[in-house]
Amino acid sequence: MNLSPDDRAELKYKTVGEKFSETPKLKIRGLNVSYAEKQAIFDVNLDIGSNEVIAMIGPSGCGKSTFLRCINRMNDTVDSCRVEGSIQLDDMEICDDKVDVVPLRARVGMVFQKPNPFPKSIYDNVAYGPRIHGLASRRSELDGLVETSLRRAGLWDEVKDRLLQPGTSLSGGQQQRLCIARTIAVSPEVILMDEPCSSLDPIATAKIEELIAELSENFTIAIVTHSMQQAARVSRRTAYFHLGQLIEVNDTQHVFTNPDHQLTEAYITGRFG
Amino acid sequence: MNNAQPQKNSPAERVQQSLKKRYRAEARFRAFGAFSVILGLAALLVLFVKIISSGIGAFQQTYIKLDLAYDESVLGISDPRDEDQLAVANFEGAIRAALLTRFPSVTARSDKRALYSMVSIAAAFELQDELRHAPDLLNKRRQYWLLADDDLDTYFKSLKAGDPYLGRVSPQQVEWITSLIEAGEVRKQFNRRFFTSGDSAEAEMAGILGALIGSLLTLAVTLVLSFPIGVGAAIYLEEYAPANKFTDFIEVNINNLAAVPSVIFGLLGLAIFLNMFGMPRSVPLVGGLVLTLMTLPTIIISSRAAIKSVPQSIRDAALGMGASKMQLILHHVLPLAMPGMLTGAIIGMAQALGETAPLLMIGMVAFIVDIPGSIDDPATVLPVQIFLWADSPERAFVERTSAAIMVLLGFLIAMNALAIWLRQHLEKRW
Repeated sequence: MNLSPDDRAELKYKTVGEKFSETPKLKIRGLNVSYAEKQAIFDVNLDIGSNEVIAMIGPSGCGKSTFLRCINRMNDTVDSCRVEGSIQLDDMEICDDKVDVVPLRARVGMVFQKPNPFPKSIYDNVAYGPRIHGLASRRSELDGLVETSLRRAGLWDEVKDRLLQPGTSLSGGQQQRLCIARTIAVSPEVILMDEPCSSLDPIATAKIEELIAELSENFTIAIVTHSMQQAARVSRRTAYFHLGQLIEVNDTQHVFTNPDHQLTEAYITGRFG
Repeated sequence: MNNAQPQKNSPAERVQQSLKKRYRAEARFRAFGAFSVILGLAALLVLFVKIISSGIGAFQQTYIKLDLAYDESVLGISDPRDEDQLAVANFEGAIRAALLTRFPSVTARSDKRALYSMVSIAAAFELQDELRHAPDLLNKRRQYWLLADDDLDTYFKSLKAGDPYLGRVSPQQVEWITSLIEAGEVRKQFNRRFFTSGDSAEAEMAGILGALIGSLLTLAVTLVLSFPIGVGAAIYLEEYAPANKFTDFIEVNINNLAAVPSVIFGLLGLAIFLNMFGMPRSVPLVGGLVLTLMTLPTIIISSRAAIKSVPQSIRDAALGMGASKMQLILHHVLPLAMPGMLTGAIIGMAQALGETAPLLMIGMVAFIVDIPGSIDDPATVLPVQIFLWADSPERAFVERTSAAIMVLLGFLIAMNALAIWLRQHLEKRW
């Protein structure tokens, strides 16, 4: 779908709802993203509050994953991707070529759609982040960090006897929780989750959702999901994206019971998606 | 309509009709594939049978039994512990005396010469060695098995096969040999010399070790240079190089280089390494440099393919954790790509091992008797040795050619086995 400038003008919507937060962790202003000729995100303004869980919903190709990947600069790996605008993490500007992505990604962790543990042992998977960032100076310290992270990801009891087995030998749901443990091992401030349950069965999904609720006490979490039920269950606020534009952002309850925008209503009632 | 038959010309009927044709076509297709495989295997089998049947003889060598004495007067020395005396001692005289004792009827000068030529000149060196290690043997008489000349060797081997090949063997010599055989004084022994000595103009003394060591040294130089450079180039092109016209240009050229005839790399080596930098000829160092040029494209192409096959999800995971580019490459990309890279490197090495043409250009075709001790000693390599022996007129070199091919093939099989073992070993860890 390639939009001409005229189409864009036609599709210009103003974001409705509560875009801003009183205790913002992330401030996104005037964000525009394009891949080669195709613009994927149009002028998004949004605050993500401290320790809140915000869900990004919308039809496929609406730019919600692209938006998420801007926050830890994962879009840098795509050559044709151009990002304009400003994202501030506390007072640090993210969208600046001078910013070193290595410490940024230690502060903003990411969990991907498909569980992607390294082809190493469970222990090494969790210990990887602390090792490359030099967070543990002694072996015992590292052991403790691995255990804490696995406990917080709710995986410790299942894997404590086989920490040296490959991470890829776990089931899909366990692998995803291993990836979460790996992410939280470096104590990031923000965790980005890109459809973390889309390849999992309902039981594994329920476990991850429980985990998200627990993690929200300590972390700011932004989650992209295709499941509206999931958004309703885990998030405090919900942002609805449509064709690269942020249409509505409000309290989750509000979005799902009484949306302000007709497009949001059409989406949550299943008229398109 | 529960008992409906397919009507004529109904779709179901037409599918039935076309089925037979399809199955026939399928059977033909399969038969063609099987035929190709059988043809390939048959060709391989014929090759192996031919090479082994004509080369197996080279692993045995004919010896003659003679009653021989280390006579002080014949050798012309007084102290065998003295290296100077040993060097000038007349061992050939001792052998000649022994031969004349065995065949007392030979008196004419030309007959004597024919008689003496039945024993290889290597026999004298063997006796010298023995006396050096056991000086007490001086003035003692013993029976020795002495290495026979290659003409006699060829005749004796062909005699056993039922089709005597005379070659340069004269009727007189046949008479002597027959008398020796009847007395049980001719026998074949395992040809240790073939594996322990270098090339020689005398077929019975020629061995493969010089060429084998030359090949090993050349390959070592090639591997040490081409693997790190090739992998480095592949990493840069895959991970760091910006996607632009210049990178495309480099890529096209690497692909073209992989298809350049190897003799051209030899000419390049001759022009650059020998003429411009003044490096010595015939040495494994230059051979390795030339083969590095030839092998690099293969290693770069296979390494790039191996790097490309590392899944994006692993890259995302590492980058998402805050790994730097170098950490991503060293911790994740290289270990995952290593089996593929090693396979490519060993294929390249196997290619280099069998290469003759570029080495001819830089003088590794010289006749070299000494076994090379380092990468700047003159040397030859296995395929060039095969080429040299195949060019020699003596019958005995024909079987050595096949034997050398067997050694080369054995070397290749060992390298491929190593490649498979390495790949499995590395893949188990990951």
